[in-house]
Amino acid sequence: MAVDMSVTFGTRTLPNPVMTASGCAANGRELHRFFDVSKLGAFVTKTVMMDPRSGRGTPRMAETASGMLNSIGLQGPGIHAFVEQDLPWLKSVGARVLVSIAGNTAGEFADVARVLAASDAFDCVVGVEVNISCPNVANRGLVFACDPLASGKVIALVREQLPRDVPMFAKLTPDVTDIVAIAGAAVKSGATGLTMINTLLGMVIDTDRLRPHLGGITGGLSGPSIRPVAVRALWQVTAAMREGRFQTVPLLGVGGVRTGRDALELIAAGATGVQVGTATFNDPMAPQRVLTELEALAESHGVDRITDLVGVAHDRMVIP
Amino acid sequence: MSASRESGVVQVQGEVIATRRVGAYHHLTIVAPGVAELAKPGQFAALAVGGVTTGNLLRRSFSIHKVSPSGTYGGTLDLVIAAKGAGTEWLAALRAHDAVDVVAPLGRAFPLPTEPVPCVLVGGGYGSAPLFWLAELLRERGCTVEMVLGAASEDRLFGVVEARRAADHVTVTTDDGSAGVKGWVSDVLPEVFERTGAPVAYACGPMGMLQSVTRVASEHGAVAQVAVEEAMACGVGVCMTCVMPVRDKAGVTKMVRSCVEGPVFRGDRVRWEAFHDGVCGVPEDAVGAPRVGGH
Ligand SMILES: Cc1cc2nc3c(=O)[nH]c(=O)nc-3n(C[C@H](O)[C@H](O)[C@H](O)COP(=O)(O)OP(=O)(O)OC[C@H]3O[C@@H](n4cnc5c(N)ncnc54)[C@H](O)[C@@H]3O)c2cc1C
Ligand SMILES: Cc1cc2nc3c(=O)[nH]c(=O)nc-3n(C[C@H](O)[C@H](O)[C@H](O)COP(=O)(O)O)c2cc1C
Ligand code: FES
Repeated sequence: MAVDMSVTFGTRTLPNPVMTASGCAANGRELHRFFDVSKLGAFVTKTVMMDPRSGRGTPRMAETASGMLNSIGLQGPGIHAFVEQDLPWLKSVGARVLVSIAGNTAGEFADVARVLAASDAFDCVVGVEVNISCPNVANRGLVFACDPLASGKVIALVREQLPRDVPMFAKLTPDVTDIVAIAGAAVKSGATGLTMINTLLGMVIDTDRLRPHLGGITGGLSGPSIRPVAVRALWQVTAAMREGRFQTVPLLGVGGVRTGRDALELIAAGATGVQVGTATFNDPMAPQRVLTELEALAESHGVDRITDLVGVAHDRMVIP
Repeated sequence: MSASRESGVVQVQGEVIATRRVGAYHHLTIVAPGVAELAKPGQFAALAVGGVTTGNLLRRSFSIHKVSPSGTYGGTLDLVIAAKGAGTEWLAALRAHDAVDVVAPLGRAFPLPTEPVPCVLVGGGYGSAPLFWLAELLRERGCTVEMVLGAASEDRLFGVVEARRAADHVTVTTDDGSAGVKGWVSDVLPEVFERTGAPVAYACGPMGMLQSVTRVASEHGAVAQVAVEEAMACGVGVCMTCVMPVRDKAGVTKMVRSCVEGPVFRGDRVRWEAFHDGVCGVPEDAVGAPRVGGH
């Protein structure tokens, strides 16, 4: 019997848990040449800010063992161009969209959310992902996700701008001492879900030129090499919610997913949805392939619903 | 084949049918059904390297040297590869019947002149790879083709024999004088433009060479169409790693993706002054450029 792959976030039900990851799929048109993006549970857009941004100079990337380092610098068209061009296109192909937003200040996050919520194509939006964790950008104030107070403030301000029924996910960085503290602050401030994890801050030195490889010097590490960090973060936050340290909210797992088995690992640790990022650069079909593989694996585990597997590893620890 | 024809690009599990050494390079012929019907000179292919469990996740991009729609094996794709790092070494080590995942054709092709005019084609090192196919199309349209091939040394020239067949006239330069004229292509180009009166040049090769081709072309009132090479992670437009500062028609500079809006650009639109020794900055007047104290 086919497994019910649908997942629910508040008032929104998605046909399956697989999504793109912000910044790894542009805004849809490019991947739509390879597969129908409306078949994914949701399409996660590149983080958009208020104004157009050029991003950084190049080199913007370095390949690393089972991963890569990137320093894009949140290049984007700005929220106005996004709601006029990108969002209507995604709507026209029937995609369910999770819009990733950011700001230089807490107030800018709210401004971006306000423009988004007032846009014509907003009805294709199944949620907003608040990127409070971009390690790429040198602006001192930007890494909100390292500070529970700053994280909570952004979330509370964005929440005010969005209709109550729109799910709102805070995207967290693993580059903190205690991710549970940040997760708790975001949930208490009104996040109805959490996305984990963004990239880890890293650096590569070009050993021919003996200088930093990236134009931006440091960059975000992603890909299969960081998957154990994502599993750990999902595990810790799920455990804290199960202990009642803060309200239980759905988690979106991201970090190193390349196969259906990788997606299942994140789900078993506590993720309800799973995003495919860097693997898409290796295989533009990766998000769709991960979905197919995940469905087959869920079936082989004999469950009726994919949600039966969410956090299942917490119940299966063998304590001798 | 996973992408439809209407999308202009296919992802195929290719099969290597021939590999041979050509000087410092490896020439691969790959059966890749569906690519030949769509491809145009100047476009490129992005190959996955290392097999399905590889730790080298990023695609490697190569200019399409030539395509043939059907033969004994089905449509084929030819690439010329310089082994320089993990991925290109893996590709160079492939043997007949090995599998390789191909996404192609990608990017914008060389725009062809509507009139039968003289054209100058300039290739630096393996940068000559896409030019022979381009020369063929130009001559079919009645253009005369002048080719200039340059490289550091003789073994790094690609296709000198083929050039003599594909072009009306060929000039070769090497930095060390091991073949042709000792020097750079930019040393011989002024004479070529003067002699042919060509209004258009096509160039592919290292960025420094493309910049000088652009300069010499504009000094002679010609437009240079250059195929650039910027480090790419995906090749299909989703990662934003391959950007460079380019002016649009209205003169506005933007950081554009060279895999989608390029790799062929009008040379006079590229902000060459932003490139220094392998690093490219964002010009201050670019759209969304960092403000003082900003990002
Ligand atoms: C449009 C285009 C056409 C090209 N055509 C050819 C060709 O016909 N023949 C040829 O030999 N080479 C060509 N190159 C360069 C080729 O892509 C690189 O040499 C190759 O990717 C290096 O891979 P590697 O594993 O050996 O090196 P590594 O240094 O291990 O590569 C690491 C990563 O950096 C990227 N990278 C490194 N150097 C380059 C570069 N110069 N350009 C683009 N990406 C780079 C790789 O794609 C990979 O993602 C072309 C590049 C572009 C962008
Ligand atoms: C090139 C690149 C650009 C990214 N841009 C963004 C972004 O704009 N916003 C964001 O929240 N995350 C961004 N990320 C992080 C990813 O969404 C994801 O959290 C991270 O890469 C881990 O997942 P992965 O290993 O599957 O790539 C980016 C990652 C990469 C590799
Ligand atoms: S190489 Fe990924 S956007 Fe150009």
